[in-house]
Order: sequence, then C-alpha cells, then structure tokens
Amino acid sequence: MDAILLQVLNGLDKGSAYALIALGLTLIFGTLGVVNFAHGALFMLGAFCAVTFSKILAISKVVIDPEKTDFLGNPAKIKTPYVEEWFGSFGTFLIDFAVPVSLIAAVPVMILIGIALERGLIKHFYNRPHADQILVTFGLAIVLQEVIKAFFGANPIPQSAPDVFMGSLDIGAMVGFAENAIIYPYWRLVYFFFSLAVISAVFAFLRFTTFGMVVRAGMADRETVGLLGINIDKKFTIMFGIAAAVAGTAGVMYTPINPPNYHMGMDFLVLSFVVVVVGGMGSLPGAVAAGFLLGILESFASMPLIKDAISAIGLPSIDQIIIYLVAVVVLLVRPRGLMGKAGMMED
Amino acid sequence: MSIMKDRMLLIIFAAFVLAAPLIFAPTGAAYPDLLQRFAIYGIFAIGFNILFGLTGYLSFGHAAFLGVGSYAAVWMFKLLSMNIIPALILSVIIAGVFSLLIGYISLRRSGIYFSILTLAFAQMSYNLAYSVLTPLTNGETGLQLRLDDARILDTSLAAGELPSTNLFGLPMKEVFWNPTILGYELQFNWGYYVCALLLILSFWISIRIFRSPFGLMLRAIKTNQTRLNYTGISTRPYTLAAFVISGMFAGLAGGLLASMDPLAGAERMQWTVGGEVVLMVVLGGMGTLIGPILGAVFIKYFENIFSKINEGVLHGWVAFLPEWLDNIFVTIVSPFVGKGWHLTLGALFMIVVIFLPGGLVDGAKRIGRGITGANRREAKAGKK
Repeated sequence: MDAILLQVLNGLDKGSAYALIALGLTLIFGTLGVVNFAHGALFMLGAFCAVTFSKILAISKVVIDPEKTDFLGNPAKIKTPYVEEWFGSFGTFLIDFAVPVSLIAAVPVMILIGIALERGLIKHFYNRPHADQILVTFGLAIVLQEVIKAFFGANPIPQSAPDVFMGSLDIGAMVGFAENAIIYPYWRLVYFFFSLAVISAVFAFLRFTTFGMVVRAGMADRETVGLLGINIDKKFTIMFGIAAAVAGTAGVMYTPINPPNYHMGMDFLVLSFVVVVVGGMGSLPGAVAAGFLLGILESFASMPLIKDAISAIGLPSIDQIIIYLVAVVVLLVRPRGLMGKAGMMED
Repeated sequence: MSIMKDRMLLIIFAAFVLAAPLIFAPTGAAYPDLLQRFAIYGIFAIGFNILFGLTGYLSFGHAAFLGVGSYAAVWMFKLLSMNIIPALILSVIIAGVFSLLIGYISLRRSGIYFSILTLAFAQMSYNLAYSVLTPLTNGETGLQLRLDDARILDTSLAAGELPSTNLFGLPMKEVFWNPTILGYELQFNWGYYVCALLLILSFWISIRIFRSPFGLMLRAIKTNQTRLNYTGISTRPYTLAAFVISGMFAGLAGGLLASMDPLAGAERMQWTVGGEVVLMVVLGGMGTLIGPILGAVFIKYFENIFSKINEGVLHGWVAFLPEWLDNIFVTIVSPFVGKGWHLTLGALFMIVVIFLPGGLVDGAKRIGRGITGANRREAKAGKK
C-alpha cells in the first residue's frame, strides 16, 4: 500500500510538467488550430528565464580583503551580491528564493514572447497546410534552442530550490505508515501544488471571465464570433501569450528538479504531444488528466515489483516505453482520445 | 517527350554522381567518408520524398527505419558474412516489415495525428533500442563487430583481425585509384561507388514512381483525399504502400551506413534524425525529383564543412579589411558558423518554409525564369 502511494507521488511531479505543457499546447491548438512544435522550446525558455534571473541577482561586488588569503596565497576576494548590499536581509531572501521570484519576471517575458511569435510568425500560417505549420514551428524550435545554446552553453545549469524547501517530507509517517517509508522532497510537492494552481487559474479564467467566455465561444465557432463584431484574432493572440506563459512558468519551477539545458524542450515535447493525443486533441481537461495519468503510469512501470513481474513472464522492462504503448492502444481503441471530440483536426 | 526528358535527367544525374569525387574536389568535400554520406542521405531523402512529397503525410519517424536497417546489417555482418549484399537485402526487408507495422497503425489517422504518432513511434523505437532491447542492440554502447562472431560464410579470415566489409572481395574502404588532377589529390574508393550506384538506382525508381499511375494516385491523395474517398477509392493501401516504400529506402540507407562503417547505435533512431531528413527534403524541394538529394548534400556539406569554420578561419577571410571592421565582422558571423551552424540551418529552414515552400529547386527555377524573362513572356501571354 505504501509502495503504491509512493509511486503515485513520484508520478505527480513529472505528470504536473506534462499536464502544464499539454495544457498550453491544447490551448494553442484549440484556439488557433496550430500544432506548435516550438512549445517545448517555450518551456525551455521559461527555465532559462529563471537561470538568467538568478544570474542577475548573483552579480556581486568584489572586495579584496588584504588580510585574508585563499589557498593559493593570493589576497582573498570577498563577493557580496549587490542586492544583498542594497537590501540587506531582504536581498539574501531574494537570492535564496531566486527560482520562485523569477516567476514575476518570467510571466510577462513569456507573454511578450508568445504574442511576438504569434503576430510575427504564426499569424502568416493560418491559411497554409498543417504540414507547413509543423515545419515552421519545428524550425523555430531549432533556432530558439540554438540561440540559448549560444548564450548559455551546452551544459545543464543547476538551480537550487529555496533552503526552506530543500529537505524531504515524510508523508508516510503523516498518514500512518512506518517512518521513512514514503519520503517526498518538498520542492516536488511545491511543484505539484503550483501546477494545480496554474491549471485552476487557467480554467477559472476561461470559465468565469468575459474574456474567457469569448475565447471559448471562439474555440467552438470562430466565424460566428467574428460575425458578431468581436475581434477574435486579438483574443486568440493573447491566449497564445497565456499558453506561452503557462509553459514558461512550468519551465521556471522545474529548474530545481532537473537542471535546465538547451534541449530539455525537445525532450519534453514528444511526451507532451503524446499526452495531448491521449487526452484528446482540443480538450483542456483531457490534456490535464492525461498528463497526470501518464506521469503516474510511468512511475508505476518503473516500480521494482512490477518490473520483476514483467520480467517473470519473459518480457523486457517496459518503463521506458509504457507511455508510447498506452498512446498507441488509446489511438487504436478510441481514436479521439480520452475526452476529445470526434473528427477534430482530421484533414 | 517526357520519357526522353526523364532519361536525359537520369543520365545527367548518373554522370554527375559518378564524377562526384572530381566535381566536389574544389569544395573540399571530396573525401570518401563525406561523399558516401551525401549518397546515403540522398537515398534516405529520396525515399522520404516519396511519402511526404507525394502524399503530404509528414512523418517524423523515419529515423527508426534508418536505425533498424543499420542494426539488421550489422547483425548480418556478425552472423553470416562480411559481404554487404546479404546485409543490405536484410536491412531493406526488416525495415520494410517494421514500416508496414508502424505504417499500418499510424495511417489509421491522418494530418497532425499521423505526425505525432510517427513521432511517438520513433521515440519508442529509440527507447527500445537504447535500453529495453539491449540483448539485441547492445544498448548505449551500440552494436559492434567482434572477433568471436560466427560469420558462418567467411571461413578464410586472418585470425586476430577484425574483417572489413566488402562486396565479393572488394573492400569498401579501399581507395582503388588515387590520381592528382588539376592539383587536387582525388580518392576513388569502392564504398562510394556502391553508394553511388544504389543512389542512381533509387533515383531511377523514384522517377518511375513519380511517372506511374501509382504516383499520380499519391499526388491525388495530397491534393484532396476527401474527394478520392467520395469517388469510392480507399486511399489506405496507397498511403501504406508509399509509407513502406519510403521505409525500405530508409532501411537501405541505414544498411549502407552500417556497410561503410560497421556499427549501429541507438542515437541513429532518435526522432531528431528523422527531423533532419524532413529538413533535407523541405530545404531541397519536396515533391521534386532532384530536390531531396540537393537538400541532403546541402545539409551534410554544411554539417561537415561549415561546422569547421572557426574564428581563425573567419579572420583569414577578411584579413584585407581594417582590423576594427574585421573584428566586427567576426563577432557578428561567428555565432552562425562552427559549433553554431545548427542555428544557421534552423534559420535557413524557417526562411525556406516561410518564403520558398518549393525549396531550393523552386528558388533555382524562379531565378532561372527571372534571367530568361519567361515570367514576363508568360505574363504577356496571359494578357492576350
């Protein structure tokens, strides 16, 4: 029982990332009808927003202390970050909380990037075949990741979570299992709740605001909404910005879990597409549900007990491919996905 | 008329391919390894073009067939013989079976779903090769030849030495003619000519498919599949056939890669490799005969030559400029060459997709028409 709970928890953080990326993909897909191969790159850009932000915070004033020497005998350099010097303990707090605080910077940056992309590039592809849309966003993804590589290098850049969240939580002891049976890092828990918050915010935005209502109407029937005198293109552009911001924030918060590198976007992209397809093209709840479901399923397949059981019947371990197998089965049995509408994007 | 034209095209193409070691000499690309790559990826792109160029089904999964072909060929070298013929035959067959399987499932859907499905299959095959099927693929180390392999047909091998791949005794790596022409030292090796002959053969098959009723049907699928369905034609067999043919071409390319250098690794199956062939075909011109090969040569040339340009070379180019201008030039250009050549490639690809959907071939045609003034003449004729 505790083992099962542990696997569910383990699947949650990856599942949260899948769900957030897939949510953004579906938003773009449902509103603009564009398959965005650059969405993984947006996730990666978000992560590098966090990297840039903590680099800026860490810019330090270097003072040479003549009395102390370092191990080579040179005068020791004492580095004090400017923020610390200016703001005192608040500065220290800022540096410690660099990752979550960088969300404040990342959200507007990502929205701007998203809007710029839509206005500058994707707008011109609405009337072209889907293959062209895929190709151009694929090219865009390559360009974005190469630009990041040129600036930040090819190696992963580790980011640390705030000190408060460094340890692990003994969830097992809290719900009555043996101590240390289920240990879960705080930051992953934070990530999970963060993703829940973002997802509910997006849903609430679409559900309870006038803007969201218009967007939903546009998703259902773009032409009629346009005929009613509403500039639906403008709203959809903003939705693209929001989708980019969702992917970006997912990337920001993921940095302490997995050090960001320039190709992390491509790694997540394929899986997010699978998630979207399993959830059902154009269905927002489907994307979220499938994201968590596949994340948890993946962690179950890598469970030693199940691995043993599978190898006992003579099959190789399938934890690496379980998601793809599920996707294939779902598409064969229920082609429209878990919650999708039939006939979506079938041309 | 058209038949004569095609025959001329084939002859010119064949002459060009056979003389490639001479033709590429001034560009610094005329060494066997790179020439073989041109030919092999040319075959890969030709095959991909039959699927994507004709039917419009965009697959991101063709790297899987390339990888499967490589694995099949290396297994043939390990078990049967170092002769490349059985290896190539097996790699084509295995890739064909594999693509039949994947195609059968993926082609149940069309449009975006198809692309995503093939993408998922490519990644799944990569994971299978990388970890799950380690006994068959040797995991991350990659499949290599070993001294104690069976090789039941090759009995008279020198002990203690890894045999090299050959075609009935002609070693692939052997340079059989090494003349110096016009100051360039040329290398003619067997391996390139095997690849070249297969490239010419593939090109011929591609011409035949383009001109056949089957090819016409594939084009009809690209133009309007719904209309075909309404006329009572099931398009599935045609798309599946195109998928399997292109898969077999990819398998042949994979087998050739292994024949030139007998090892196979999982990284050959990663979906980004499948993305590369998409780049080749689109860059060269999809749906054209010669475009995919142009694209393959273009990308492989850049990958090997462009990526070697570093700041020192750049400084050498603009040495005649004043120093400050020189430095500005190098600072601007250097992120785009050397290690950053992928950036150039990505940007170029986007430019082609946005402004020149017909690829380089279309661009050349437009320029050609611009020079001869055919556009103006056509416009005049249109007015009348």
